[in-house]
Amino acid sequence: MARVQFQPRQTGWMDPAVEFRKGTWNYAAVPDTLKYLDLPNPRRWSPPDEDWHLPDNWQEIIYEGLRDRLKKYRSLQIFMDICVRCGACADKCHYFIGSGDPKNMPVLRAELLRSVYRENFTAFGKVLGKIGGGRKLSRQLIKEWFFYFFQCTECRRCSVFCPYGIDTAEITMMGRELLNSLGVSIEWVNTPLANCYRTGNHLGIQPHGFADSIQFAVDELEEITGVRVNTPINRKGAEVLFVAPSADYFASPHYYTLLGYLLLFHATGIDYTWSSYASEGGNFGLFHSSEMMKRLNSKIYMEAKRLGVKFIIGGECGHMWRVLHQYMDTMNGPADFLEVPVSPITGTRFENARSTKMIHISEFTSDLIYHSKLRLDPSRNDHWRTTYHDSCNPARAMGLLEEPRYIIKNVCRNFVEMPENTIREQTFCCGSGSGLGTDENMEMRLRGGLPRANAVKYVKEHNDVNILLCMCAIDKATLPPLLQYWVPDVEVGGVHEMVGNALILDGEPVRKTDLRGTPYPEVVEVGKEGAHA
Amino acid sequence: MGVMFSLLAVIVMIILASAGAGLIGWQYLFAVVLPYLAMATFLIGVAYRVVKWARSAVPFRIPTTCGQQKSHSWIKNNPLESPHNVWGVLGRMAMEVLFFRSLFRNTRVKVTEGPRVLYSPDKWLWAMGLAFHWSFLIIFLRHFKYFAEPVPAWVTMLQELDGFFQVGLPIILATNIVIVVSVTFLLVRRLVDPKLRYISLPADYFPLFLLLGIVLSGILMRYFTKTDLVGIKALGTGLLSFNPVVPEGVSLVFFVHLFLVSVLLAYFPFSKLMHFAGVFMSPTRNLANNNRIRRHVNPWNYPVKVHTYEEYEDEFRELMKTAGLPVEKEQ
Ligand code: SF4
Ligand code: SF4
Repeated sequence: MARVQFQPRQTGWMDPAVEFRKGTWNYAAVPDTLKYLDLPNPRRWSPPDEDWHLPDNWQEIIYEGLRDRLKKYRSLQIFMDICVRCGACADKCHYFIGSGDPKNMPVLRAELLRSVYRENFTAFGKVLGKIGGGRKLSRQLIKEWFFYFFQCTECRRCSVFCPYGIDTAEITMMGRELLNSLGVSIEWVNTPLANCYRTGNHLGIQPHGFADSIQFAVDELEEITGVRVNTPINRKGAEVLFVAPSADYFASPHYYTLLGYLLLFHATGIDYTWSSYASEGGNFGLFHSSEMMKRLNSKIYMEAKRLGVKFIIGGECGHMWRVLHQYMDTMNGPADFLEVPVSPITGTRFENARSTKMIHISEFTSDLIYHSKLRLDPSRNDHWRTTYHDSCNPARAMGLLEEPRYIIKNVCRNFVEMPENTIREQTFCCGSGSGLGTDENMEMRLRGGLPRANAVKYVKEHNDVNILLCMCAIDKATLPPLLQYWVPDVEVGGVHEMVGNALILDGEPVRKTDLRGTPYPEVVEVGKEGAHA
Repeated sequence: MGVMFSLLAVIVMIILASAGAGLIGWQYLFAVVLPYLAMATFLIGVAYRVVKWARSAVPFRIPTTCGQQKSHSWIKNNPLESPHNVWGVLGRMAMEVLFFRSLFRNTRVKVTEGPRVLYSPDKWLWAMGLAFHWSFLIIFLRHFKYFAEPVPAWVTMLQELDGFFQVGLPIILATNIVIVVSVTFLLVRRLVDPKLRYISLPADYFPLFLLLGIVLSGILMRYFTKTDLVGIKALGTGLLSFNPVVPEGVSLVFFVHLFLVSVLLAYFPFSKLMHFAGVFMSPTRNLANNNRIRRHVNPWNYPVKVHTYEEYEDEFRELMKTAGLPVEKEQ
């Protein structure tokens, strides 16, 4: 894998050809989940199979779907028409950099769909066929779509560099919607979808399981800090509804971020509640279709209304925020039963969330720090030498760049940036977003994560960095194996984990460990120890 | 294949024009009929395409943010790369359209042994793209002198500016050189970079050859052959006032030039050249990043099937009760 060739194949890209080599594709969605969600054409099939058992009228479905979406999305219509194939986007995609596969150039990923569009929806394509850049819709082409649309993490890095802002993520989304209509999708998108829909979180944990794991965190926090925090769930009349990605309460290292949130809410005394019904911020619908996205997202507003809260705070999750920031209000608003968020501690009115009534936890926390409302001891993070990974979605869909940095710099004393071409709007994907973070896909994940890992390696070698902070649940899940492979000995953590470490709580005894349970060097106790010796 | 096809197509067109206007003597066709047809195709075609774009909905606000959002008063936001109002959007678009801001960011990536991923700034495409478009615009505007009598002052000024260096006789215009160099660069870049060659279609080579043909025939006329400028101007003003006469003795090169221009005009609305209009309509660039500030409406928003709280509680009520979670209904 260490050798990546940028020499394209000799034959042109026009002849569809895919090789389903193990490690580069995802399992097909199982029929049961499709049925549960009333999705079309459920059946058993597998990508390497010769016959995918497409429905009889599969071509009509695609043409109809494409025609419909061209009317519904100007983005699609424009992006189909104006690409000049200048190639500025070509080497911006982490999958291309890591695999060297020319069809992973964003421009060609778009051409997968564009060629079919040209052939059937433009005068030139109709008349000139291949010379006009058109391609016949074939079963083989559907396979190619599947392969490459599920090799795009919808990270939008390419769109930053395109002179017309052509956003291949948008095209991938449309491509996936079209594939879905044929029942062609992947397991690790659809099963989490069904789970989120039913139980509220992607692992399918039921309400009591959710309550248990929050309770478990409370107990553990008491052991670490000596302070017992209050964690209301489904409480009506609270001022704030808090929604986090569900991985935060089940997976590690996400869990330490959860501990951080709990301490923060305790320290501020904010009147808030969790919800077991809206217990998942992460919206797998984004990786499926706008309709699924809306179906899942609706729970947040419905629950805010039922509980009668004033506004909503959202946790550290990347694609959750893509949805909340760019889609939620339009799909499920107006949120006129809520109030414009006002921090109960500082009185800051969050004008930038005037309509959605939902703010990002890093907006909340940075405001607290700015107004000196938190007592912090950054030396408790001295064992961490940190760098920050701008999670793609908050960076490129919101422009949330400074808030997390401001927080980190206030709670950690060692912070360095990764090289310039790999952060902020130019940040590199973890390589496993948009439902691609499964083990069967490991080779592609490691390839796709190469640029990110490489930048981490740089600061590890030059600045001894030992933890990569980020603000996305998918990052926290998929960066550890990535770094394990490319840059061993760098941990992954959340911004609010660092906040939790640094927070000084009223009446807490001296902390002996950080939130991970790692004992601090016994600075405070040197005297005592010395007395023994 | 795409290269050869496109080159051949342009050569055929040159032959066609030379034979048609020269040998056969269909000058009226090439000087009047075809330009009119081309112009009409251009205008109707462009309008059609733009209206078609405008009719497809913009359901969601999806700007790509390339800078800090507007949030706290004490965090400096980036109004140009992450605009939150109309002014910001106008600024952002102006930077894109006039200076190709996004292309300016371009980098080149290299993966070496290790593997190590290296980035270097790559401004060639930006510089040459910008050079091409600006000189094209200036040349286009300069041509007004063939259509307007008296020649407007700004056209004369433009021409003087262009010939600022006062080299040669007739004076060599800077844009003429710049455009040849930049178009050639764009063409060669496509041919040498294996990535670019791989993605290039006939539709990518054809406009470049066509432009080269137009530019070179123009240069040929200006510097190397005797051309009857008065005649050309008579044709130009005639065409514009819908009173066209084909002047006698205009050189063949002129007919080639005019024919290639006509082809370009007619080809325009069917091709990627429409990016000149499309760039203004790209939703990732021309929308403000104010999604949470203002409510936007999706014209085709429709109700979807949701999993309501009631259904959820019905399914999990007993479990919720044992976990001590409040429920709406006891049964
Ligand atoms: S940068 Fe934009 S215009 Fe250029 S090839 Fe990529 S998508 Fe097309
Ligand atoms: S959105 Fe990201 S993953 Fe998809 S093509 Fe663009 S750069 Fe590659």
